[in-house]
Amino acid sequence: MSTIELKQSAVVRRSKPSFSARMKQFFQEVWNYRLSYLFLAPFVITFFIFIMLPVLAAMGLSFFYYNGMQTPHWIGWANYQYLFSQDTLFLQHALPNTIKFAVIVGPGGYIASFILAWLIAQLPDRIRLWFVLAFYAPSLATGIAMSIIWIPLLSGDRIGYLNSFLLTLGIIDEPQLWVLDKDYLMTSMIVVTLWSSMGVGFLAMLAGVLNVDKTLHEAGRIDGIGSRLQEVWYITIPAMKPQMLFAAVMAIVSAFKTGHIGVELSQSNPTPQYAGNLLVNHVEDYGLIRFELGYASAVSVVLLIIIFIANRLSWKLFGTKGDE
Amino acid sequence: MAAVTPKARRFNPFRRRSKLFGWDTSQKVITFFLVILGLFMLLPLVYIFNHALKPYSELFIFPPNIFVINPTLSNFTELFVVTRDSTVPASRYLFNSILIAVLATGAVIVVSALAAYPLAKHRFPGSKALFSIIIISLMFVPETMMIPRYVVISSIGIIDTYWGHILPHVAAPVSVFLMKQFMDQVPDELIEAGKIDGAREFGIFIRIVMPICLPAVATSAILQFQNIWGSTETSVLFMTDDAMKTFPFFLQTLTQNLANSVARQGAAAAASLVMFLPTLFIFLVFQRKVIATMAHSGIK
Repeated sequence: MSTIELKQSAVVRRSKPSFSARMKQFFQEVWNYRLSYLFLAPFVITFFIFIMLPVLAAMGLSFFYYNGMQTPHWIGWANYQYLFSQDTLFLQHALPNTIKFAVIVGPGGYIASFILAWLIAQLPDRIRLWFVLAFYAPSLATGIAMSIIWIPLLSGDRIGYLNSFLLTLGIIDEPQLWVLDKDYLMTSMIVVTLWSSMGVGFLAMLAGVLNVDKTLHEAGRIDGIGSRLQEVWYITIPAMKPQMLFAAVMAIVSAFKTGHIGVELSQSNPTPQYAGNLLVNHVEDYGLIRFELGYASAVSVVLLIIIFIANRLSWKLFGTKGDE
Repeated sequence: MAAVTPKARRFNPFRRRSKLFGWDTSQKVITFFLVILGLFMLLPLVYIFNHALKPYSELFIFPPNIFVINPTLSNFTELFVVTRDSTVPASRYLFNSILIAVLATGAVIVVSALAAYPLAKHRFPGSKALFSIIIISLMFVPETMMIPRYVVISSIGIIDTYWGHILPHVAAPVSVFLMKQFMDQVPDELIEAGKIDGAREFGIFIRIVMPICLPAVATSAILQFQNIWGSTETSVLFMTDDAMKTFPFFLQTLTQNLANSVARQGAAAAASLVMFLPTLFIFLVFQRKVIATMAHSGIK
């Protein structure tokens, strides 16, 4: 690579000027990297056809009124205007709920994943796999996990595990409606999501922790690192930065894209008094139930922008610490 | 690591203490803590196995028993009887599913690795923009994409073909992102050294870069197999011919609309175990690989 880069930098220094010269230089550079584009071709082609085109089409639909049957007709910004001025469901429930949910679940799941990945990496080799299996189990068996563990656990009558436990201890006097009461539903949703947040980010971080060169730890000890915490902070985390970043992005994206959990827990759609109504529920409500696909597209575009901003914020926070 | 030195020196006393407690004690404490937590997290898996073995008298208890009291194989016989009578033989669905899951997972791995390499190691015009687009595409919720996606699939004429099952899965932004992050860790000096030794770009990719990012490959394989094996989306949206649909779709037709009925609940319990086993198998095989490769080599 370096020879090519050298050639290019030489070209850059020499040429300033005319448009055609710059174009020529650009194409020259593209041609120099033709092998890179060849490597990328299969992905970029399938990505463009099966992901980019549908996403762009969906974004375009947000400027139309479209009910899935009649031909869409252009209404400009009307969907967005309605969304931000009159859609009380969005403004009072979906938006604040989503932000509250994501602010806790995103960083919470991220930190929990890292701590568990690190702890597992400290174990002897032979038993490690079984612990990874245990913590990844909720992600492996998503739907089943919900109905089996949490619905009976949080059930609102006296036989619900949590209620009967707290009643015996005398902490509460009467059964609480953990998933049907609007004051508790959000908390239940957050707890359950945190429980199942050891997903692909967790696997990536585990591989990252195991990947850290052992000699680095020795070097650190010679340099005077005493406690384990220092070792994690000064050696492990900097050495696995790419995996940390991957896990952070995935944590943010999945925290905002979660939607079914409230419905599954309370077993009613919409959730009681919209207490568990998230942006994804809002999209599905309009897209799959009311068949106002243009409007649903507008909501998902807004969700995309929110996730994008959240990502930028977190990269800023991380960026200050590292050297990249 | 230069920044470490001044701060760390002050904590020198800790060094003795950590030696006093020793490596093994801390391992024991961590193990104990993880066992408690792990057992709780493992419950759904234990439940899937036990539920499939429950007789009808135990299937409907609420709150459900995690462990089966009188295990029986009758649910599997029931599943077998139900599947035997279907117009398209169940083996056809199973064949479709295995073929699609294996081919599509393989394709995702190859395509993602090929794409991740230049993104991580070449600074070609447009690399930053392409990477941002890939990340942003992760952020769009799929619900509103369904109709445009159908239009795309039908206009290139792959409805009712295996291509219709496989191609929509091939571009996987998550896998590209994951592999790119691992490839970032491959030192440039290693690649330079390979070049000096006369390796071509492709040789470097196969012999230097891929071995180092094997953990990412294995992790992607787990993730993608899990998604593709369990996915009913392509069967529902892009297949009209019954013989082209997949096993999970078939099991869904058997067990759906059963929410409040008693009939076939046993078959449903057995079916969820049958669906789950391949995922578990793939997870164990590939995760073992991740842990094994790690134990022997690190990035220098």
